[in-house]
Parts: sequence; structure tokens; C-alpha cells
Amino acid sequence: MTPNNKTFKNELRLSGSGGQGLITAGIILAKAAVIDRLNVTQTQSYGPESRGGASRADVIISNTDFYYPEATNFDILLTLTQEACDKYVVNLKSNGILIADNTQVKSIPLVEAKVYEYPFTDIAIKKLGTALPTNIMSLGFLVKITNIVSEKSLKEAVKNSVKSQYVDLNMKALRLGFKLAEDNMKNKEKK
Amino acid sequence: MKKIPQKEIHKYLRHNKKFPHVWCPGCSNGIILATIVRAVSELGYEKDNMAMVSGIGCSSRMPVYVDFNTLHSVHGRAIAYATGIKMQRPDMKVVVVTGDGDGTAIGGNHFIHAARRNIDLTVIVINNSIYGMTGGQYSPTTPFGDLSTTTPYGNIDPVFDICELAMGAGATFVARTTAYHALEAQDFIKQAFEHKGFSVVEVVSACPVIYGRLNKKGDAPAMMEDMKKRAFPIQAFDKLSPEDKKDKYKRGIFRKEEKPEYTAQYAKLKQSLIKQEGVADDSE
Amino acid sequence: MSKKKTSKMVLMQGNEAIARGALAAGLNFFAGYPITPSTEIAEILSVELPKNNGSFIQMEDEIASISAIIGASLAGAKTMTATSGPGFSLMQEGIGFAKMTETPCVVVNVMRGGPSTGLPTKPSQADIMQSRWGSHGDNPAIVLYPNSVLESYELAIRAINLAEKYRTCVVLLSDEVLGHMREAITLPDLSKVKIVQRIKPNVPPEWYKHYPDKQKYRTPVASYGEGYRFHVTGLAHDSYGYPTNKSSEVGVMMERLKKKITHHVDDLIQLESFMMEDAKIALFSAGIISRAAKEAVVLARRHGIKVGLLRPLTIWPFPEEAIRKYFANIKTIIVPELNQGQLILQLKRSLQDISDHRHRNIIPMQKNNGLLINPEEIFKKIKEVR
Repeated sequence: MTPNNKTFKNELRLSGSGGQGLITAGIILAKAAVIDRLNVTQTQSYGPESRGGASRADVIISNTDFYYPEATNFDILLTLTQEACDKYVVNLKSNGILIADNTQVKSIPLVEAKVYEYPFTDIAIKKLGTALPTNIMSLGFLVKITNIVSEKSLKEAVKNSVKSQYVDLNMKALRLGFKLAEDNMKNKEKK
Repeated sequence: MKKIPQKEIHKYLRHNKKFPHVWCPGCSNGIILATIVRAVSELGYEKDNMAMVSGIGCSSRMPVYVDFNTLHSVHGRAIAYATGIKMQRPDMKVVVVTGDGDGTAIGGNHFIHAARRNIDLTVIVINNSIYGMTGGQYSPTTPFGDLSTTTPYGNIDPVFDICELAMGAGATFVARTTAYHALEAQDFIKQAFEHKGFSVVEVVSACPVIYGRLNKKGDAPAMMEDMKKRAFPIQAFDKLSPEDKKDKYKRGIFRKEEKPEYTAQYAKLKQSLIKQEGVADDSE
Repeated sequence: MSKKKTSKMVLMQGNEAIARGALAAGLNFFAGYPITPSTEIAEILSVELPKNNGSFIQMEDEIASISAIIGASLAGAKTMTATSGPGFSLMQEGIGFAKMTETPCVVVNVMRGGPSTGLPTKPSQADIMQSRWGSHGDNPAIVLYPNSVLESYELAIRAINLAEKYRTCVVLLSDEVLGHMREAITLPDLSKVKIVQRIKPNVPPEWYKHYPDKQKYRTPVASYGEGYRFHVTGLAHDSYGYPTNKSSEVGVMMERLKKKITHHVDDLIQLESFMMEDAKIALFSAGIISRAAKEAVVLARRHGIKVGLLRPLTIWPFPEEAIRKYFANIKTIIVPELNQGQLILQLKRSLQDISDHRHRNIIPMQKNNGLLINPEEIFKKIKEVR
């Protein structure tokens, strides 16, 4: 995704509903990009609800100048709800990547883009005892698969962003996300 | 109560400017201006350290005549302007002069919230029961049945009791007197100045030219006479029969209590934060 | 602001940048009332001001907020409040009072969709005109509008500086997207940023005039409690600040209020021109939408279309003379904005008396449904009008 010595601009949208921590995930990803000394903007759209309702965070990461801050044609789309998936998948680039949490996204649209589906929420509940760090787990998966920022920077960004009592939980979630992505890549190699 | 001679007052007025004043003959505002100045003189406050803030209306024209730091602000907002001054300069004595309309109608929200904060302002509400500056419209303190240019058939609005309002909102010094009882007014204003917290002194005043004329209250001396007859000290009032109470009202200090004052609380907060920051710097 | 951080790249939100910029300019008093999408500014300053020996107070409404900052400014503080459309409307009387009494203060308006309660969580640019004409009576206006997080920081410093320098209320516009977006920025070295301080009078108190007789905009100014005991009123006043009805004195005061802005337009205006040198088509846009416009310029240039962008950072005073120069030979101008036509109105007024103006095509491009205008839409328009 990010070949060396070449200009790139990746547009990401992290989408779902309010309370799933997508804006937090967007901010953490943007912080990781800053640590990697990349240009980055992070914007969001939200309704009046703190919980529920549609919510999305856009992150644009580039090694060159760009101006418009919202993602319009996504290189990467993460969706945690069916509604968000249906709404935004139309603007996913044909060579892009769709990452869907099939805990809620039951009907994966037919797209040319590469599709990864995992029940991130269910996995978080089963392995970590809570759905709360689903955002960080799926972000870990996304970063490992796409290499959009370095893992080291992402770890640092998570540590700097969450309250001290939740660092352990979120680091576990992050590692879990990395692991899922590693397993996925290994399985592909076998095939 | 100490009697302060007339010439002492002159030390606190701006003589080079803007006299004669805007007030009508017989208006109580001049008496109240003098009581405020006498209270300041008696306490020996420095003029440089005094700020007088007002809104809009007859009584709100007062600041221009006194040789303090003065602010004639916009209608109803005097207390909010005064809050900014007091927060920035907690060492200054800040007095707000307002009327019944300015202070309790358009400015009612600021009045109750400043009382709730218990910020150290002295608010003198000059209550003449009418909007005088605009020519005689009814205010929140125009008595039931009275005439004004906007109650041509008699007022049907119930009235605000300014002192009850102040106490309900949390003011820690609340008193009422009248322009007739000028020495008492001087004493109450003096006590209000010395009180640390939000203090309210309601001074019932006469507007013979507009309110008095519309409601056939007689000339200025007659309206002063009326204050003398109807304003009873608290204990004397309480002894009256229900029938006698009907057209009378209480004067006196209704509340005087110590509670944490807002700017002092904020100063404490700052102190604790600056200390914490200092400790953090040492450990680096 | 600690000095260590200044050279480092940080991720910062637009609203945070305004708060931190204002602090860097010496802000020491903020009064405000919660309103989306401006609230982060108040939240950050409630943390930072008391630590820096300043004061923060949450007032009972926006009217009280503007009143409190004017009061504090008269007592010597550098002051600011922040709000959005509905609160900005409530503040208009106070803004006029600050201008009339020449009391420095800054009002931040993070624009959201209107009218009325409108779209609290969506962006708009519909207060361009309110920021100029919102307060009653003829009144001078200085209004700034950044388009990035870094610029939000820089223009917050500039807003406080200009308020102090010109003794007036300066409005700093932002919008929901700009206020909430985060960007990687490198903060400027504060030791190189000029901070304007009030000049203190040294005349005896009886000589002191709170309002200068001449056009000079930088005059010594006393604060309450410094021994000068001056009077401040929203009534028309003479040079001492005392009320006056004399037409000779009122006329002088009104002219001076106007001219302290109109005589210093060069000091006040800031414009960005992007690829205007050989442009045949120009985009004229401000704030968040200018970023879509800039991206559209890049897109169009890639397709061989000669397009440029002119962006005012100072909206008022409107940079009329400069715009006339830039657009002298441009026949087609597209004006993308998030309202029903405010910037375009002023642009047309500014160009109307150029001799061949009737041959000029000024094309509106407007949206007011809560969404941004994106670069592809502007590019499409460019292709249409080419």
C-alpha cells in the first residue's frame, strides 16, 4: 500500500454507529501517522447522539501535500454496521480494501475491492470480555493488513491516547488485531 | 449613622463634566447618589479602586457623575459586565447601579446567576416601579392595578419582590430601604460594601414626573411622605394586623450571612493549580 | 505553552488550535456559554487559563459572555469568547458596544448550519454577512477566516493582536469541519511571533482622554484601577468618553471609528493566491471550502485547464482593491461557498464598476444542506464553464 520513494495518498473511512469509538480510532491512526512524519488530516461526521446514530471518521494519510480534508473515494473502508457498509461502499475504490465486522454486517456487498470480514465485536467479547476495544482491535487488523502506518507508531499512539487504566486492555486488543491479520496472510500463502 | 456634610460629596463628583444631571425635579436618584457617595466617604475607599457599572435607564445614568472607574453598559447587562471587571480585578470594589426594569426584567437572568455565584458585587436596585427613561411603561414592580403608558386599563401583572428574588437566588446580603430613609440607606449600602459576597440593596424611589403623575400620587414631597408612612421596619411590620399590612412593606436587612465568595474560590483554585504545576516542574 | 513543544509536529484539532493560539497571544480572560460546534475552545481554556494565572468563567448565556469579556478587557485583560450561529446572534449588541467603546476583544464564531437551531453538527459559511452587518448601526468590522488547523492557531494570535492594536472587537470565523478536524502541524516559534501589548498612558489623570482626537489607532489606553478613572458609555461620546449629542462631536467620533479601519486596509488584509499567474478561470473561496477549491485547481491543471484560486483570509474589510487587481483580466470566476450567496454578493459589488464588467461571468456554486462542496463537484463546474 505504501511503496517507498513514491508519492501516495490514502483515503480511509472508519464507519459505524456512535459509541463504537470510531472517531477515537481515527484520532489514534492520525497520531500514528504524525509519529511517522506523514501528512495527515482527520475529520468526522456525527449526529446529536453520543450513543447510536451514524458516525464516521475520515483519515487521509499522505507523504505529499493535499488540501481537501474529507475522504471522497476510499482506499480503505472499515465498517462495523450494515447501515454504514451499505451507505459508504459505493465510494470504495475498485482496487481498495473493505474491512467489515460481520458481527453486524451480515450482508457483504459484491465489490471489486478486496474484502476482509471478521466478527471483531464477537472476538473482543470472547477474548477480552468486553466489546469496548473492538475499535482498536479492528484498527490493529487494518494497519497490519495495509501497512498504512508503522505498527510501532500505532502502539505508541494507542498508549498516548487512552486513559492509563485502559492501556493494557487496548494493547491486548491491538495485538489481537495484528494476530488476526497475520493468520489471514499466512492462510493466503498456504493457498 | 455618621452625617457626612454636602461638601464632602463634591470630592467624589466629576465637576468639570456633564452637570446639570439628566434627572427630573423631585427624582430620588440624586438622594441615592449622595447616599452611595457618603457610604464610600465614610469607609474611606480610594476612588481609584472603585468601579461603578450600570445598564440603561434613569438610574443607570448615575456613573457618569461620579469620579470612579465608570461603565454605562447596555440594557440589562450591567451585572455581567461587572462580573468581568471583578474577575479580572478582584481587589477592586465593584458597585452596580440598576433599576427595577434594567435589573429584574431584561437583566433578571444575570441578577439571579450572579446571586447564585455569590460573586462580590454590590447591586443597588433603585425601584421606582416604572420605566421612566422611555416615558412610563410598566415594569416587573409596577403595583397591580396601576396605570402606565402600556397598562392603560390598569396593570394585571403580579409583581416581583426584588429582595425575595435575590434571597431565593442565593444572595448573601439583602436589604431594602427607601429614598426617604436616606441615612438608613447610607448605612445599608455601607454594610453591603463591607460584605464579602453578592449584596443587594433595594432602594424604593419616587418618580413623581411620570409614575406619580400617571397614578395621581401627588408631588415629590407627597411621594416621600408616602414612603415614610408605608415602609415599616421588619419587626414593626410583623406586628401589624393582616389588614394593616396590606398597603405597607418591610424595610431592613433581610439576610446577612457568610458563604464562600466566587472570586476568592477561583483564586484558591488558581493557587492550587500553580502549586501543582510548580511541583511537576521540579521533578523534571 | 511550553517552549519544548514549539518545534515538534503535533496532531491538533482546529478548535484546540484557536484556544492555544489565543493563549500564545496572551489571552487571560475567557467567558463563554456551551454551544456546538465551538465547545472545545471553552473546555480547553477552562483547563489552561487558571494554570496560567488567567480566568475562565462559564456565564448564564451568550449575552452575559460578551458582556463579561468587555468588562474584563476594560479592567486590562486580553479577552475572548467563542460561540456558533445562535449565540453569535445573541452577542451582536455587545459586539456593537465593544466597537463603539473601542474595547479590545475577540469573538470566535464556529459556523454551523442555520437559520435558527439549524444543523448544529454540520458546517456552513452562512455568517459571512452577519459577521459584517450583524450589529445595529454603522460599525467597523475586522473578520478573519482561516482554512487549516495551523492557520486557526496563527489567526487566533492575529485576532487578539488586531483587537488590541485597533481597539475593537475582532471576529474570528471557523466552521464545524475546520473546528473539529485534526491535522499534523508544526507550531511556530513563539519567540519570533509579535505580540501586541496595550500602550499605557503617562499623562496626569486630568489630561487623559480615553478616545484619541486624531486618526491614530495606536494611542495610550488606561485600564480600570490604574488611576485614570475614565468613563465608558455606549452613547455617542466625546474624546473623554462623556455622552454627547453635539453633531460636531458625534460626527468626528463616527468618522474616526470608520477610518481607523478603512485607512489601514493594507495592514488588515491577507490574501492567498494559488496558480493565478496564468489563470483563465478563477475560483474565489474562503475557509474550509477553499480547500476543495485548491484541490480542484490541482485536478483541473492536471487536465490542462488554467485555473487559479484567490482566497481571502481577511473577509472584512473586504480586500476589494487587491481583488480588482487579481481579477482585472479574468472573465470567468466561480464562487463556491456554503451558503445561498454571500461572498459572491460582495465580490460582484467590488467588481461592478470595472469598465468591461458586464462581460465578466461570475458563477455561483452554493450548498447549504450540511455537506461540503467537494473537489470533483468544483472540477465538474470548471469543465462546464470552460
